[in-house]
Amino acid sequence: MSAVVEPSPPQRRGDVHLRRLEAEAIAIMREVAAEFRKPVMLYSIGKDSSVMLHLARKAFFPGKPPFPLLHIDTLWKFREMIAFRDATARRLGIKLIVHTNAEGVRRGIDPVGSGSALHTQVMKTAALKQALDRHGFDAALGGARRDEEKSRAKERVFSLRGVSHDWNPKNQRPELWRLYNTRLGEGQTMRVFPLSNWTEYEVWEYIAAEAIPVVPLYYAAVRPVVARSGAWIMVDDDRLPLNPGEEPERRRVRFRTLGCYPLTGAIESAAATPAEILAELRDTRRSERQGRLIDGDEEAAMERKKREGYF
Amino acid sequence: MPDSGDPPAIQRERDLLRFLTCGSVDDGKSTLIGRLLHDCAMIFDDQLEALERESHRFGTTGEAIDFSLLLDGLEDERQQRITIDVAYRFFATPRRAFIVADTPGHEQYTRNMATGASTSDLAVILVDARHGIVSQTKRHAFICSLLGIRQLVLAVNKMDLVGYEGRRFAEIAANFSAFAAGLGEPAVRAIPLSALSGDNITRRSERMSWYRGPALLEHLETVETVATAGDGDARFRFPVQWVNRPDASFRGFSGTIASGSVASGDRVVLAGSGRSTRVCRIVTFDGPLDRAGAGEAVTLVLDDEIDIARGDLLADPDNPPEFVDQFAAHVIWMSEHPLVPGRSYLVKIGTRTVPATVTALKHRVDVETLAHLADKTLGLNEIGFCNLSTAAPVAFDPYTVNRDTGGFILIDRFSNETAGAGMIAFGLRRASNIQWQALTIGRDERAGLKGQTPAVLWLTGLSGAGKSTIADLVEKQLLALGRHTMLLDGDNVRHGLNRDLGFTDADRVENVRRVGEVARLLAEAGLIVICSFISPFRAERRMVRELTRPTAFFEIFVDTPIEECIRRDPKGLYAKAKAGGIEHFTGLDSPYEAPQAPEMRVATIGTSAEEAAAAIIDELRRRRII
Ligand SMILES: Nc1nc2c(ncn2[C@@H]2O[C@H](COP(=O)(O)OP(=O)(O)O)[C@@H](O)[C@H]2O)c(=O)[nH]1
Repeated sequence: MSAVVEPSPPQRRGDVHLRRLEAEAIAIMREVAAEFRKPVMLYSIGKDSSVMLHLARKAFFPGKPPFPLLHIDTLWKFREMIAFRDATARRLGIKLIVHTNAEGVRRGIDPVGSGSALHTQVMKTAALKQALDRHGFDAALGGARRDEEKSRAKERVFSLRGVSHDWNPKNQRPELWRLYNTRLGEGQTMRVFPLSNWTEYEVWEYIAAEAIPVVPLYYAAVRPVVARSGAWIMVDDDRLPLNPGEEPERRRVRFRTLGCYPLTGAIESAAATPAEILAELRDTRRSERQGRLIDGDEEAAMERKKREGYF
Repeated sequence: MPDSGDPPAIQRERDLLRFLTCGSVDDGKSTLIGRLLHDCAMIFDDQLEALERESHRFGTTGEAIDFSLLLDGLEDERQQRITIDVAYRFFATPRRAFIVADTPGHEQYTRNMATGASTSDLAVILVDARHGIVSQTKRHAFICSLLGIRQLVLAVNKMDLVGYEGRRFAEIAANFSAFAAGLGEPAVRAIPLSALSGDNITRRSERMSWYRGPALLEHLETVETVATAGDGDARFRFPVQWVNRPDASFRGFSGTIASGSVASGDRVVLAGSGRSTRVCRIVTFDGPLDRAGAGEAVTLVLDDEIDIARGDLLADPDNPPEFVDQFAAHVIWMSEHPLVPGRSYLVKIGTRTVPATVTALKHRVDVETLAHLADKTLGLNEIGFCNLSTAAPVAFDPYTVNRDTGGFILIDRFSNETAGAGMIAFGLRRASNIQWQALTIGRDERAGLKGQTPAVLWLTGLSGAGKSTIADLVEKQLLALGRHTMLLDGDNVRHGLNRDLGFTDADRVENVRRVGEVARLLAEAGLIVICSFISPFRAERRMVRELTRPTAFFEIFVDTPIEECIRRDPKGLYAKAKAGGIEHFTGLDSPYEAPQAPEMRVATIGTSAEEAAAAIIDELRRRRII
């Protein structure tokens, strides 16, 4: 046992800060595995999910992550996302649960006709609650970050949810040191966010440093798009009704976040590698959520959705 | 995955500084953070646009941007113009990444400040140059020092409003130094600034040429942290978080190294057991490591198969941690329900969770004067120095030496809320000084001679519910059956054993604790003990249940509605209480928490006391107690 702190040996890559973020996330995942009866990891197929999955493999190595993945499929995700999802689960041999709100499908809810608010409420928020209840999951790991949005900045790493999955921002447990209170009352569940302290930039640095595969939609390519409310919407299949006179154009674009394709705006970009994306992010003047059409309406939109149980 | 090309040009050896900001309302904290984020290009155009919209709606700065709206994330906060909760902000410069815990200034949110401080290396304490050091400033400095922050920045803001005057600044800085000296001499850096006009924030200000020190950001970028100075606790500490056992061929212990470092081949000791073993491999996804240091999340494979579980602590065998079941600690109370000595909570320390009670509140600290005050309970946001006793020994280091192995949280066992946070000062050597005397004759031998099974029958219910009458009848019947019994009655013990106790929550808890101890002794003597106590709180009934283990514990809820008790009022107490003659009367101005899962419930409406007693005797038979 040596009494001095040795300098980091050369075998470890990346900078000190990224390694600390990595270690923190791993510790949080292990805590979930150790303290909960039946945890699950939310898998949204986005870059944060890719990072989460990578971290989960590290946390339990040489074992596999001791929880399944859950994808809430709204049936309006980009086709490339679904292909990536299935290939990833197959490649890693991890159990993947896909859940769709069947009642929403019966009611014919879709992002174009029903509007983004209703679609999100039924096909994402309600669908997630259904899946958690059906399987009896008591903890759900998610990839949300505090830098994404200001109500998130106030959320705990271990975020308690009531019987109907609601979030009460005014009654959050204080979270000190690295000590997480994981106790649940009857019917309560926990949402857990291991990437709480990461920024978008660090997510990309980590993807670059660890060569983590992500859906190719994050990288610039020429894609068919139409301009709507100041954003480029990709015509991913023939379900997107075109407005009179609207004609898809081919533009070099990429996505900063991924969701339901009619609700997700692309940005014009030539960044085709993680390094180029990092360079682009250093210059950008727009936040990550610019491409999300659901938040624009009102500043408190996200907090409301979260109170109702949105991730 | 496309080729990732060259790694980003900047930030190769960037490290992290976590700090918190605190100050009274309106000292300019939000303006300061907003300015830092803005000047470090962390605010995007679309966020600025949203901010402008909101500034017009809720803002207080007229046409200018109100930065506090950027920070107050919750709807209530924006509407009421207050900050409720800790928020975390992120920004980076080429030299360092920063995580800022932005904590509110109101007194009632002390708990949030402690939360932010618990993970911070440094605190920026704001004062308004016009007002200087106020009581809030002292409170914040004290909490920071209690949570182990050794680096303070005294940010003297609004210098523009005092004409950028060097004298005023020097006066405030000197005042603060005098106070801080009483806090164990933290390193203090005082900086004069104006958050509004940007003086000395990211760049040194020409308007204060008399000031020769660094601008705030410059200081934050270069200040030594525990990590950069390498002066953290060097003794190896590894709380076992997860036993990694994917199949029979692999068994490793996963966790995050709390302090020190470990190399393969090193000897480590299982704290408290005296048993040591050797680390044969340090496993990670990225390949085995020769050595791993503080903060790294690794998996250790050990030489021999000693029994190790989550909650254990592996340590340097030459410098092991203390291992005791009683210790003294500062506790910051964070719950609306006060801390009551004698009540049972859960302590989570490292990866270990054990039941614990606060055995004594030595004093409460007045956070403004630092004076020690006598008190019986701790309320929300109060700080006290306490003795705690855990149900099993725990490994720890003093908090001042090691935050990870010396800090703990207290969890309420019913609401599950995080009720408090504690910093261990020192172990109380009671665990090793007062040994259990090993006795030849035990409970079973004594009970065997009497030919009976000892048990504790605990009757709980409102005053006038019928507990004492039923208890008396049960004892008579047991006596008739040839059982050796003892009856403890609430009113009777208050004449002797507990005559020093009143009826406050704290005294009620102590009352029940003492009776529990006596019941345990009597059960050890082989008796069937009948206890008749209002015992209004679930927590204490549970404590007695645990205390008397492994003796059979039989909770009997004598369930009589309050209206009926008031109607009966055998001792005239309800009438007296209602007339204002008795305070803290259960059911009236003091709560009764009905049992949720008692072994037995007897409703007394429509049943006679004899029938109730007979039902209890039947149940004891059914459970083979008699
Ligand atoms: N003159 C002047 N006013 C300031 C300065 N910093 C903040 N203020 C003003 O003080 C008020 C309170 O600031 P705010 O940042 O909301 O304070 P907080 O409550 O500590 O977050 C606002 O009206 C600010 O514009 C400063 O350096 N100089």
